[in-house]
Amino acid sequence: MLKKHINAPTTVPGGATQSLKHESGRLHVSGKATYIDDIPTPANVVHVVPGLSTKAHARIVSMDLEPVKNFPGVLCVLTAQDVLGENQISPVGAGDEPLLATDEVFYYGQPIFAVVAETRLAARKAARQAKIVYEDLPTVLCVEEARQKGGDMVCRPLEMVRGNAENALENAPKRLSGRITVGGQEQFYLEGQAALATPGEEGEMRICSSTQHPTETQHMVAHILDRPSNLVTVEVRRMGGGFGGKETQANAPACLAALAAEITQRPAKCRLDRDDDMIMTGKRHDFVIDYDVGFDAQGHIQGVDMLLAARCGWSADLSGPVTDRALFHADNAYYYPDVRLRSEPFRTNTQSNTAFRGFGGPQGIAAAERVIEEIAFATGMDPLDVRLRNTYGRQDKNITPYFMTVEDSISREIMEQLAEECDYRKRREELRAFNRSSKYIRRGIALTPVKFGISFTATHFNQAGALVHVYTDGSVQVNHGGTEMGQGLHTKMVQIAMREFGLPENRVRITATTTGKVPNTSATAASSGADLNGMAVLDAISKIKERLISFAATHWQVPESTVHFGANGVQVGDNCIPFVDVVKAAYMARVSLSSSGFYKTPKISWDPKTGRGRPFYYFAYGAACAEVAVDLLTGENRMERVDILHDAGQSLNPILDIGQIEGGFIQGAGWLTMEELVWDQTGRLRTHAPSTYKIPACSDRPPIFNVKLLENSPNQEETIFRSKAVGEPPFVHGLAVLHAISDAIASIADYRICPQLDAPATPEQILRTVERLKKQKDMPH
Amino acid sequence: MRHHIRFYLGQTLHEVSDLSPTHTVLDWLRDQKGLTGTKEGCNEGDCGACTVMVVRLENGQLTWRSVNACIQFLWMLDGAQLFTVEHLQNPDSSLHPVQQAMVDLHGSQCGFCTPGFVMSMVAYVQNGGGDDPKAINTALAGNLCRCTGYAPIIRAMQQARRIMVQQGNRFDVEKQDIILRLSALQDGSSVDIQNTHGRITLPANSDVLAAVYQENPKATLVAGATDVGLWVTKHLRDLPHVIAVRSAKDLHKLEQRDGGLWIGAAVTYTQALPALATHLPDALETIKRIGSTQVRNAATVCGNIGNASPIGDGPPLFIAAGAVLHLRQGDTRRQLPLEHYFVEYGKQDRQPAEFIEGIFIPNQSAQTVMRAYKVSKRFDQDISAIMAAFAVSINADGEITEARLVFGGMAGIPCRAKMAEKALVGQKWDMAALEAARKAIQDDFTPLTDMRGSAWYRSTVSANLLTRFFEETAPQGSAQPICLEGWREISHA
Repeated sequence: MLKKHINAPTTVPGGATQSLKHESGRLHVSGKATYIDDIPTPANVVHVVPGLSTKAHARIVSMDLEPVKNFPGVLCVLTAQDVLGENQISPVGAGDEPLLATDEVFYYGQPIFAVVAETRLAARKAARQAKIVYEDLPTVLCVEEARQKGGDMVCRPLEMVRGNAENALENAPKRLSGRITVGGQEQFYLEGQAALATPGEEGEMRICSSTQHPTETQHMVAHILDRPSNLVTVEVRRMGGGFGGKETQANAPACLAALAAEITQRPAKCRLDRDDDMIMTGKRHDFVIDYDVGFDAQGHIQGVDMLLAARCGWSADLSGPVTDRALFHADNAYYYPDVRLRSEPFRTNTQSNTAFRGFGGPQGIAAAERVIEEIAFATGMDPLDVRLRNTYGRQDKNITPYFMTVEDSISREIMEQLAEECDYRKRREELRAFNRSSKYIRRGIALTPVKFGISFTATHFNQAGALVHVYTDGSVQVNHGGTEMGQGLHTKMVQIAMREFGLPENRVRITATTTGKVPNTSATAASSGADLNGMAVLDAISKIKERLISFAATHWQVPESTVHFGANGVQVGDNCIPFVDVVKAAYMARVSLSSSGFYKTPKISWDPKTGRGRPFYYFAYGAACAEVAVDLLTGENRMERVDILHDAGQSLNPILDIGQIEGGFIQGAGWLTMEELVWDQTGRLRTHAPSTYKIPACSDRPPIFNVKLLENSPNQEETIFRSKAVGEPPFVHGLAVLHAISDAIASIADYRICPQLDAPATPEQILRTVERLKKQKDMPH
Repeated sequence: MRHHIRFYLGQTLHEVSDLSPTHTVLDWLRDQKGLTGTKEGCNEGDCGACTVMVVRLENGQLTWRSVNACIQFLWMLDGAQLFTVEHLQNPDSSLHPVQQAMVDLHGSQCGFCTPGFVMSMVAYVQNGGGDDPKAINTALAGNLCRCTGYAPIIRAMQQARRIMVQQGNRFDVEKQDIILRLSALQDGSSVDIQNTHGRITLPANSDVLAAVYQENPKATLVAGATDVGLWVTKHLRDLPHVIAVRSAKDLHKLEQRDGGLWIGAAVTYTQALPALATHLPDALETIKRIGSTQVRNAATVCGNIGNASPIGDGPPLFIAAGAVLHLRQGDTRRQLPLEHYFVEYGKQDRQPAEFIEGIFIPNQSAQTVMRAYKVSKRFDQDISAIMAAFAVSINADGEITEARLVFGGMAGIPCRAKMAEKALVGQKWDMAALEAARKAIQDDFTPLTDMRGSAWYRSTVSANLLTRFFEETAPQGSAQPICLEGWREISHA
């Protein structure tokens, strides 16, 4: 036994809470990172392409699929009759989402059949040969129409009431009401939906899927194939982006591939063409939000009443929890003394809207920030002062509309720090001076906060599992229930093992996520990936370490308290022993070197019936300040400078977290400016490819872009190394851009009229608002 | 006459005859060569995940062009050397400086767009691109990233460029080999491939092209394929017989002649840009915003005219400049003012077997003031809601003698606002004239509402662009360009 008398340092380079490069970075840049369509397939692989409805709502009178079947290269055409189990993939058990339509279609783009062919091209061409006769049925395409036509909802609405909003509104010195429309958003993951199914022995089915939710995909495939879950294994190494768009929407391609594989007994791949993907799959919910607010002359909010209506699409999917989360965030960082919040999850004949980074939260926050802006114009105050005046307190004014006590509010401090660091107030004055002398180019600035609740609001999802193996050569394999979609989750999990075992990165291997290793997982969603899985990984590692410590203490005759894992090896009493030697000795002594791990978030509960509880373990905070320029002749606009200060707690990996903030911000800014979904009167989505749907490009990032993590701000809850979730909260920072544009427009009417700028603030939306404001300006008040 | 195409993939010569007219470079790489580093993101040339680098010998010089492999046909590679992300690593398997910088500066998150970015970045540096953020934006406008927000990618670009300028990279070393290799492929012969998939003709010059096209008037002419590519990838069309335009050497002429600029049918936007920028200074920004670098590297100026899209950005610009189209059918040639080429939506003044040989853009007179404005939802790589090009001639008395106010996106074809022009001619360029033109232009067009803009928006902006033109050029205007100064220099590293 080689013994080294070196004191192990306490920290491992690159271990958790330090920056480390993305575990797949080298593979990404060299084209060697494998995505679903890159997996080598046997020569007999078949390709699956869905045939989509060309009506928004219609009865299928007749369906002639002979020309499809007879197309060269086609093996078979799957319809609802071919589904072996239940033809149903509603992720919430609503029973309203057939995999393939039966006698009625509910949106333009709904899968009706699936072509299975020798080549993808043959399948794509064949899918267009179907002759389907429809009988049109009445359609409901948007929120307004849904209200007018009976208000059918996809799930129960939610009401949150605290105090008496009605009284508060009536008694408030000032009161105003209005409406904000907030558009939807296509996820636009760069890798489209894709799944590869390979049939195995006795009904086994192995699915490689680009899914954020392997367990749900496993369950759906099992249901569709009418077999137990233990025959279906779902694996995902990485996704080429997810953003929520692969939380439930990956299920249909996986099920279609599995069905084709089962029926042909050949491997089957279903990779959607970009246009089909965008036409078929759900997007961020667009909302129409009516607000009524009472306040005093100093801008203190006294009562708020909001009605948040969402276009949910044709089926429930996740619209229930999405619209709930909109309500949970309709306060953003602000205390509402008396409040009533209601949701209206309307059913429409459009794609079934689904998860997208923020999950309804950003839409609720958009309404909260509009209310703030309205108050600012009504009182003549700087919106920042209205914000500062209404933030949650720590001792009082700290109860949310859902009766959770905010224990960690730092919104005010963050806003004040950012305002000072980016010189908000001085710049605001300078921009106003500039605008007075600029006829057509106007500049605006805004500083907005975010407070974002962390946890799945469905309490039972807040659990996670992990599986860690230590091999006798001292190398470690980490597996957990979370999925990697670019956010760096796997890197963080590796870092936890590095830190805990004292190992360098090349001794820790993360493997693909698979339902065969960690079962019954939750979706990698709700920003929860690192919080939940990190603790599960830590739990597994701790169990192994406990065994190793116990073994080492006995074996080397030292107290357990003197055994520590460090970068130079395991400190055992006065000796530092290489990790591998400890492991080998433990193995010889028949100590188990493998462990599962488990975690469930403590403290949380939520009852939608009473509208009370503590749905969130904690909140993540941040603030953004954006400066923009707007051309009053065309509505064209540019971001000129953005400063962000964000709270990631004790960051698990600062450089990856900054990446999440930068990327999240741009995505949020895109949502609120150039990204516009357009349906025509027949319910056909006209923006179904990057040629028509514009996500931010390189030149849309602000030329001055300062992003900082809030320092010395460990999570006050016992999260993994006191870090905070960082996936969704920074998305909300995009709101600063919307408000900066609004500020620029407000200059037209000498900052007297709230522009009520709706999102997305496309050049056209901006020009419309400009023209409206010009008219309002000339009207008597 | 050759009956196969020849090109290099990395260092390996490929001679291919069993290919279809519509076989894309992307599908060939992924399905046949197993090179899956090049990704399919959109299959329409808009996301850049499939970006590859095509090296050619043009006038004795090597050109390094990023292109979208999804809408390039395999036969278009004849005579070229193709590099994909798999060909970047050094022989000792160390990463190319661009790749290394992307790793070091966290330029990848999900990684799916990354190979495409890397290829665009490599091509940018090979072309001598500088550190200017504006130039980098332009170079990368055709690569979409949904994860990073671009900032780390730009930082990686700047770092990689500095390293490559100092230390060089493998392509500098291999330059002479590449030149020798590609020179050996220049045999000056036409190519004709006929197989069960269809027919592919690559005429060596315009005489061959004219003859083949006359014999086969139903064949499809393909120049850069940035439009035709989508007929295949999105509309799933078969093209039984394609005739290449860019294989004809004599159609590559780009020269100053007879008081104007001649742009041959095979000249891409990238090739034409420097000359056009000198010739029509205001075209610079507009053309930089047409498509993306990848698209402009493939797309030809004349193809942008030939496909007669009502929303092409080139035609309004060239009509305003008084361009003349040169058409040829067999041995018959004719000239046509460009504006008359567009008859109505889907109909052009082009006879069967007739093709565009080139376009002639006369020098602008000293009295002519010209401006071009492109308005779109997104600044870069977006199809215009409205494209406007204005040319107004003003005599010594300050009187407008001629006005060409040309719009794209306002009608089924690019066309002139004749009523507004009439309101200006004979007037002084003053407020009254502006108001008259603003009023008149509402009678010129009945624009459509679509996903790019409503009729209201198009009408309003068409008038407002006249105001912008006035402010920038009229004696009573502010004489300041009204444009968003969005790209001030980054003030920090």
